[in-house]
Amino acid sequence: MSSPSTATAASSASSASPETGTARVKRGMAEQLKGGVIMDVVTPEEAKIAEDAGAVAVMALERVPADIRKDGGVARMSDPDMIDGIINAVSIPVMAKSRIGHLVEAQILQALGVDYIDESEVLTPADETNHSDKFAFTTPFVCGATNLGEALRRIAEGAAMIRSKGEAGTGNVVEAVRHMRQIKSEIGKLTVLDRNELYAAAKELRAPYELVKEVAELGKLPVVLFSAGGVATPADAALMRQLGAEGVFVGSGIFKSGDPAKRAAAIVKATTFHDDPKIIADVSRGLGEAMVGINCDTLPEGERYANRGW
Amino acid sequence: MSEPTIGVLALQGDVREHLAALAASGAGPRSVRRAEELDAVEGLVIPGGESTTISKLAVAFGLMEPLRARVRAGMPVYGSCAGMILLADKILDPRSGQETVGGIDMIVRRNAFGRQNESFEAAVAMTGVDGPPVEGVFIRAPWVESTGAATETLAAYEGHAVAVRQGALLATSFHPELTGDHRVHALFTEMVRSAR
Repeated sequence: MSSPSTATAASSASSASPETGTARVKRGMAEQLKGGVIMDVVTPEEAKIAEDAGAVAVMALERVPADIRKDGGVARMSDPDMIDGIINAVSIPVMAKSRIGHLVEAQILQALGVDYIDESEVLTPADETNHSDKFAFTTPFVCGATNLGEALRRIAEGAAMIRSKGEAGTGNVVEAVRHMRQIKSEIGKLTVLDRNELYAAAKELRAPYELVKEVAELGKLPVVLFSAGGVATPADAALMRQLGAEGVFVGSGIFKSGDPAKRAAAIVKATTFHDDPKIIADVSRGLGEAMVGINCDTLPEGERYANRGW
Repeated sequence: MSEPTIGVLALQGDVREHLAALAASGAGPRSVRRAEELDAVEGLVIPGGESTTISKLAVAFGLMEPLRARVRAGMPVYGSCAGMILLADKILDPRSGQETVGGIDMIVRRNAFGRQNESFEAAVAMTGVDGPPVEGVFIRAPWVESTGAATETLAAYEGHAVAVRQGALLATSFHPELTGDHRVHALFTEMVRSAR
């Protein structure tokens, strides 16, 4: 077990002047979020509720994914004033979403001083071929993935953190489970291949050989892996942790429920004690109504956000 | 001499990296989330993470008072980044309800070096760590605003204390656990050994 951040850190700290935006600083930031819950918030008041409940970070956005689904239309980066308001309201890290491939939205988010940029399939993609070149930024990026090849392509573009996509705004954990199991099982398969087989594996995964080799050696991604898209209950969060997520994003699940403050705190506790059913049972009591949720098998192809990204 | 049993407070944060660094430094590491697990360790690391989250979980699960009692009783503790904040007797502008374990007579400023875009790496010479400077990885890092008479400053960066020691308590603004250099963990493991 060694720190995944060290192997790939390009920089040397022996120079006298400080270096910002290094791989170690970007990936290291995600390491600090591990074991935690990142919550979608749309107002400074919600951000404070999330912070008080023990969130490790908030995702500032104009509409939670459930409302993006309901409203339809093009979903874009949030208003800078709204992001500023949330940055000023809390002391924990603030993340915000850019559209896939929308370089300028990402540049604006960096200029606003957000701590992490989520190049997100929940917003309407701006480029159907290319994702943003994430090495061009000081601000680190998190990206979604449904399988290992997709995760490694994002890391090759400079992503410093990966989240399994799930299906955002549904309150249904089934796709999050599918994607996490897929990524973990593909990692497991790599670890038993011999060197010769890794070249073919890289070809099949459509990912750089060096990254495939690194995953085979580490038995894990070289960056932190969270789960997202459909977590609505403390049990959902604990399930994703047991399946291998190092932390969870909760979007619509908190502020579309009956008692957001209580549910948020309960999900934080269940994420830490994901392997202790007695504690999860205790925190699951009296939370009020969960968000209603959508059955993913009735979602038309065009409304599946997980299909966005290439 | 048997390897010292050192816990890593595992409520949230970069626990795995500290466990690995301790194992590489000749300690027997284990994670600590419950009061009875705390009873079983000779020393403790409070990892990097989100200090508000770790503090709230420590209070919610009845760990805060046992932690304070062990610190008063002389248990060696090392805190990196969020861990430094939790070892401070006082935080500048604490969030509502953010409690600390305390123990080091110092005032700490959270996120003092700035937000993530200002996070940086720099070489830091540290008293008690022989050889070349340590690789300082500073992530939304705090600094020590002021210290009491019993607190020794082990390292400073741009005029701000970033590593301090008071008796058996050690704290750094930066994250040695994110580097391959385990000398700070070796120093702490030695502190736990000599406290026996």
